[in-house]
Amino acid sequence: MTGQQASRVTYTLDSSLDSVNKVEQTAEQMARKAGVDEDEIFRISMAVREAAVNAVLHGNAYDPEKRMTASFENTGSDLVIRITDEGKGLDPATLPDPLAPENLLRGSGRGIFLIRSFMDEVHFKQLHPGTELTLIKHLGTAPTGA
Amino acid sequence: MSMKISTRQVDGITIMDLGGRITLGEGSVQLRDSVRDLLAKGQKKILLNLGDVNYIDSSGIGELVSAYTTVRNQGGELKLLNLTRKVHDLLQITKLYTVFDVKDDEASAIASYAHA
Repeated sequence: MTGQQASRVTYTLDSSLDSVNKVEQTAEQMARKAGVDEDEIFRISMAVREAAVNAVLHGNAYDPEKRMTASFENTGSDLVIRITDEGKGLDPATLPDPLAPENLLRGSGRGIFLIRSFMDEVHFKQLHPGTELTLIKHLGTAPTGA
Repeated sequence: MSMKISTRQVDGITIMDLGGRITLGEGSVQLRDSVRDLLAKGQKKILLNLGDVNYIDSSGIGELVSAYTTVRNQGGELKLLNLTRKVHDLLQITKLYTVFDVKDDEASAIASYAHA
């Protein structure tokens, strides 16, 4: 647990890999500032990167007219990261299980699985159009042990 | 930030020494192209040395899987060497650790390939 005051920063970004990298770096800085250990910093920043890749690549499909927003908030008890896109929407129930034997050798489809593995809570919200992904890491809890 | 790749030959095995990040838009395409180039030249025994890879995302993991299946489908062998703890953990989580043939010593890795 940290004594940090709640604060939220929101970025509106174009649909590019530069934006993905910016979001990842911001998540890393936020986690580091919150005082979590190196392994958790890696997990959080990777989960956020995967969410940003989903938004830019699968959601907005690199469309220069579409934007990704990324908000970062340390509530004092949680790190809350929200990533939105303006794409066609994502139904997590339709995603194939990447651990199923028939999917193990697929070249893609592991992003959402890794996000869920690394964060304490993951919420999907349909925006019509678009998707909002909320990633939450509880501060002061033990590492996920993943 | 991007990935570095260098290749060398040891006893008929092509060792690709990778360093940096294997991620969407950075290392993934480089890795794919490098493996394709090796296969085009008939070099089908490939050892990916990941000792200096400090970051890999789901795209990079997918690229490792694709490289593995591409080489195998052409009758070759692709093995992994010197996983960092982060990459090791990611392969465990995704259940890929047992799919790949993972080595931690170059000499024994070289010796493990089928020699014609």
